[in-house]
Amino acid sequence: MKNIVPGGRMIKIEINGKYYEVKAEKNLLEVSLSLGINIPHFCYHAALGSVGACRLCAVKKYRNASDTKGRLIMSCMEPVTEGLILRTEESDVIKFRAAVLESLMINHPHDCPVCDEGGECHLQDMTVMTGHNYRSYNFKKRTYTNQNLGPFIHHEMNRCIQCYRCVRFYKEYAGGKDFDVFASHDHVYFGRHEDGILDSEFSGNLVEVCPTGVFTDKTLKSHFTRKWDLTNAPSVCVHCSVGCNTIAGERYGILRRIMSRYNGSVNGYFLCDRGRFGYEFVNHENRLKKVKIRLSKNENPVVAENDQLQVSLNSALSDNKRIIGIGSPRASLEANYALMNLVGTENFYHGISKSDYELTKTALHILQNGPAHSPSLKEIENADVVFILGEDLTQTAPMIALAVRQAARNIPLQAGEKTGIPRWHDAAQRDRTQDIKSPIFVANPYQTKLDELSREPYHASINEIAKLGFAVAAQINDNATSVKDVDTRQYMLASEIAVALKNAKNPVIISGIHCGNKEMLHAAANIAFALEALQIKSSLCLVVPESNSMGLGMIGGKSLEDAYRRIEQGEADTLVILENDLYRRAEKEIVDEVFQKCKHVIVLDHLMNDTASKADILIPVGSFAESEGTIVSNEGRAQRYYKVFPSEKSVPESWRMIGEMIKIVRDQIDHPWKNFDQVAKEMGDDIPEFSVIHQKMPGNGFRILNEKITRQPLRFSGRTANSAHIAVNEPKLPQDHDSPLAFSMEGSNEVPPSSLVPFYWTPGWNSAQSINFYLDEPNGSMKGGDPGIRLIEANKNAKVSFFEPDITDIEQKPGEFWIIPVYRIFGSEELSSKAKAVAERIPEPYVLMNEKDIAGSDKNENGSANINISGKEIFVKIKIDPDIPLGIAGLTVNLPGMPFLNLPCSGKIKFASGNSNNQKPGRP
Amino acid sequence: MYSIIRSIWLTFLHAFHKRETVLYPEEKPYLPPRYRGRIILSRDPDGKERCVACNLCAAACPVDCISLQSAEDDDGRRYPEFFRINFSRCIFCGFCEEACPTYAIQLIPDFEMGEYNRQNMVYEKEHLLIDGQGKYHGYNYYRQAGVDMGVKGKGEGENEEPPVDIKSLLT
Repeated sequence: MKNIVPGGRMIKIEINGKYYEVKAEKNLLEVSLSLGINIPHFCYHAALGSVGACRLCAVKKYRNASDTKGRLIMSCMEPVTEGLILRTEESDVIKFRAAVLESLMINHPHDCPVCDEGGECHLQDMTVMTGHNYRSYNFKKRTYTNQNLGPFIHHEMNRCIQCYRCVRFYKEYAGGKDFDVFASHDHVYFGRHEDGILDSEFSGNLVEVCPTGVFTDKTLKSHFTRKWDLTNAPSVCVHCSVGCNTIAGERYGILRRIMSRYNGSVNGYFLCDRGRFGYEFVNHENRLKKVKIRLSKNENPVVAENDQLQVSLNSALSDNKRIIGIGSPRASLEANYALMNLVGTENFYHGISKSDYELTKTALHILQNGPAHSPSLKEIENADVVFILGEDLTQTAPMIALAVRQAARNIPLQAGEKTGIPRWHDAAQRDRTQDIKSPIFVANPYQTKLDELSREPYHASINEIAKLGFAVAAQINDNATSVKDVDTRQYMLASEIAVALKNAKNPVIISGIHCGNKEMLHAAANIAFALEALQIKSSLCLVVPESNSMGLGMIGGKSLEDAYRRIEQGEADTLVILENDLYRRAEKEIVDEVFQKCKHVIVLDHLMNDTASKADILIPVGSFAESEGTIVSNEGRAQRYYKVFPSEKSVPESWRMIGEMIKIVRDQIDHPWKNFDQVAKEMGDDIPEFSVIHQKMPGNGFRILNEKITRQPLRFSGRTANSAHIAVNEPKLPQDHDSPLAFSMEGSNEVPPSSLVPFYWTPGWNSAQSINFYLDEPNGSMKGGDPGIRLIEANKNAKVSFFEPDITDIEQKPGEFWIIPVYRIFGSEELSSKAKAVAERIPEPYVLMNEKDIAGSDKNENGSANINISGKEIFVKIKIDPDIPLGIAGLTVNLPGMPFLNLPCSGKIKFASGNSNNQKPGRP
Repeated sequence: MYSIIRSIWLTFLHAFHKRETVLYPEEKPYLPPRYRGRIILSRDPDGKERCVACNLCAAACPVDCISLQSAEDDDGRRYPEFFRINFSRCIFCGFCEEACPTYAIQLIPDFEMGEYNRQNMVYEKEHLLIDGQGKYHGYNYYRQAGVDMGVKGKGEGENEEPPVDIKSLLT
């Protein structure tokens, strides 16, 4: 927030006898928390603002030195004023707060032992902090019945203390529709209108937002562990390209849960449900644990004994024409680099399809060489005008969608501030705002959840949207070429968007490669460039599909198709595939043939999949939780995740395993890299763009007062009993030579650098609210700067050169539909779809169609269809989208069980009758 | 001089006093019920495990010798999937019993736990769980708690109102 308020005037105030200089636009609670002064509070949440509902944050305010009486005020509702004197620990204030807490506790059940919040409960913290130690209420307690809210969230309504944080987050902050507060007086109820799955993609944040145990993590519940018993590591979400920071917690070798790790520039306090609940693939029963080797081509692979792996690798890596390495956008930079090192730059290929490869390269080219800035999520939140072209953000990069929802409030918030309502005064601001929104423009072929923010959502084919984009750019700047055949509606809309963008202070253009069209990226770039040419600071956010797509693009290498060509031409016969399922990247027939032609296929992965099942040598490697690595988000921010727990010996990190292979190829005795730092350093030396990563990230030699940073909290229990059933003698703790973190509770208790915070805890604050003490101010940046290193910066000196529109007409055959991809938050991403809870939310494959397209064949909405794309038939449900243009059908992609389809393309759709067909949707 | 003789005399007199020591193990000493000896897990009056696997005993344990994992049965009732005490580390301080919110974990007046093999000092749940209520009778945690985990329905516990009808505005 500190960037928004101009001026940032400082004011002098006195708190508990000490003088401080504080920001004028803040309230007393925010100021006190940022100074590290404990003031109990419930309803205030830094991201949600103040409403003054719980009355717990009472303090005493004296107008000036001559004021001896003072008055009791709610610190969250009081702006700072020059010279005021604040006392937070006077006896009447303490008494007042204890009384408030006592009344909140009247109906709170005696649940803590079986409550999942226990040990990280804001209510527990506040009870201790206010000193309300014993209950004196002897009457009956109010009870409620609970609701089943789906596979993510467990509901236990008895525990509610009516702080309203949940509705404020779910409805107002995240734009959810199916959750509310019901009933009246002391019977208010927070939930859905009936049992059912919470529809919002951000429902998981209720777990952290709720100060008690009303909403708890259902996935954690199935393998429950207290916060103090978790071994944690700072991690980065691997389920989309945004790169949200997470805290991953483990106990007894099982990954237990994911919590949000604060990063003021990226995800702030929140996470999306895919990021929070997708972690369970790490515990999947199909995890690879043992090396499997196929002894001869037609046999099934068998578990390797002793040094069999060494022998097989020896023969595979020496007896071949050429080794080709296929990298992966879901593997770390270091693992990809190691593979490149093994096979040589000219034999290294990106493991992504040709179209994805070209689009990623284009996006990277635009951001690296163009003058437009690649915004962080925080910067998107602070935007005043947003234009989204052809990207369904809620499904492909959910946290960006959440940021856009906040951007929609900026104009009304600024207007409110002009009338004297401070930004943090949430209730007043919302009352004033009503339905006013910042100008947000959404253009997408089918309806998206963000349409509701848009003044006039534009639904048309991808080509038409690209045309609209070019038209907008041309209207902003005459030098940008427009397209010829712009229709009236496009022209009108383009001028409206152009005017809004030109008048904006922080315009953000968002597009991405999910629509599969290069022109869309060019159009988006042209708009941003046009604004830059007018000296308007514009931001261009381009969404890429996977967690390290950007990083892989920066490494260099060629596309998957090029690799296939070389194998087909017989130039190479050995494949090393790194954490990649090629069947998700190309047609089955092609991949099958490539494998057929290869003499040796070596696969390194953590889960069984179609590619792994074809491997001649299948080597299990650690997932994000068992290895360290750096990934680059779509913003261009390089962030590192660390081992949460040491992997089993048979499951090494990818980079370490590839190092073993390098040993064999080069006939060396020593492993090329002693530890992770050495890979990172060598990568920086070889690829200059990455050298800054090694220079700036704290290496394994980093210590605080000679001590490592502890992964386990001080209260970690069971040290001398956890492994006592195996051997009563306590083993030596596992050592971590790859990072400055220790698998222990012994080490530094100081606050580590922001990128190394393994968990949050402050004396008195066991709950997630302790985050505030790690920040320079609530909702600000982490102390010492937000984690991550930006690798992509706009080229401000570049002469603005616009892209020439080159829109080729689609090759839609007569009588066929143009089939475009529809991504789903749950299901379209490979790893999270293996997680049990997420799997329950994966929809059956469906096709989005316009009613009129179906009407012709007299089939109703519940019907299903056979889609025939170049001879490949898929059976799917039909969903009506009233806005999708005629002749276009949106088909869900990458859902489990669906074959690879190179969308967009032309395809036949045959309507089947109702549900009579017993075929399972999605199966060919 | 006098005091030395007096001391010798008094010491001599002790030879004819009643003996304080007993001939253990033939003769067992009396130990009060609250003596802090071997740890057991007790059952509630309905005969179900009292332990709800809240982990408080493990957290309170100063030598970290308690380790457990919680699990849920079909009714959602929490119980320890495993419960392990490494008695070779235990100092019998009784903090676990103090921390226990359900009277499940109790220290009893039995101290005869000597073993030749240290590994045998590791007790699992089957070694710890007894069939009775131990020292504290009549307490069933789930009747006091607000949760509905198969023991009682919502609002049927002690000191509970029936569940709120959220569709009514008046009551």
